[in-house]
Amino acid sequence: MNPLVLWFHKLGSPPYFYTFAGRLLPWLYGIALVGSLAGLYGGLVVAPSDYQQGDSFRMIYVHVPCAWMSLFAYLFMAANGFIALVWRIKLSETLAMAAAPVGAAFTLITLISGSLWGKPMWGTWWTWDARLTSELVLLFLFIGVIGLYHAIEDTRQAARAAAFLALIGVVNLPIVHYSVIWWNTLHQAQTVNLMGASKISASMLWPLLTLAAATHVYFFASVLARSRAMLLVLESGKDWVRTLAQNEAARSTEAAHV
Amino acid sequence: MSEFFAMGGYGTYVWAAYAVFFVVLAIDAIAPLLQRRRALRELGNRLKRQAARNSR
Repeated sequence: MNPLVLWFHKLGSPPYFYTFAGRLLPWLYGIALVGSLAGLYGGLVVAPSDYQQGDSFRMIYVHVPCAWMSLFAYLFMAANGFIALVWRIKLSETLAMAAAPVGAAFTLITLISGSLWGKPMWGTWWTWDARLTSELVLLFLFIGVIGLYHAIEDTRQAARAAAFLALIGVVNLPIVHYSVIWWNTLHQAQTVNLMGASKISASMLWPLLTLAAATHVYFFASVLARSRAMLLVLESGKDWVRTLAQNEAARSTEAAHV
Repeated sequence: MSEFFAMGGYGTYVWAAYAVFFVVLAIDAIAPLLQRRRALRELGNRLKRQAARNSR
């Protein structure tokens, strides 16, 4: 077998994944932190104010990266859910379920920051615009997946049921993405275009792309950190977790004696 | 400097949006730390109880 495929198989083993993710985590958190600080500096200080929206446009630097992440997180959750349902890989179940709360967090930020942006620009906190409504549905889907996962006693069965729900919810993703094109309502159409020219100046664009990259890295950091914690519970009967718990207990009693 | 914080009159909205971003992600970042610690502690306690029962 080719070494990359071999390594991928090895990564599917929980103890190997646990160690590997633990080694990767500080780097991911570090890169995400440095990236977002650079992006925030660029967005809040370097970028000029908008000719129409003044300084209120600076909310784009939290709103848009989080909106992209909400869709990306859902796609990641659904893809892992699909793998979990078809090939019954335990790690994929874990990754899918770990992505749900992170995706919910990003969706929540998107909705709140959008509301805060809507008030001064549109004159309203909320409206049942197609984009806003479909993004709210996305939040409910995340919450539904989390709720279903916690409602079923058997963790693996719960993960598969929740993964199935996540897969059904995929129909909402194109609706969120194309809502600004299909329905002509309040939310503006996209400004940044990956496939063509963006309708935004470079000085405003680079902080946005930097923050988008940083939030992606953060997403993976959070998912890996959550997966590690979930694997400890899932595999609590296994030797590798027992050894970890015993070491931890020994360390904490030592700390108590000092 | 105060001009920077005023954000052209949109300060409340802009800073509230950034505050939400940081607070929500900070909670998201802390959650897995607590989960991991609790999982290890609970299992550690269970193993200790088991060991005590077996030694009797």
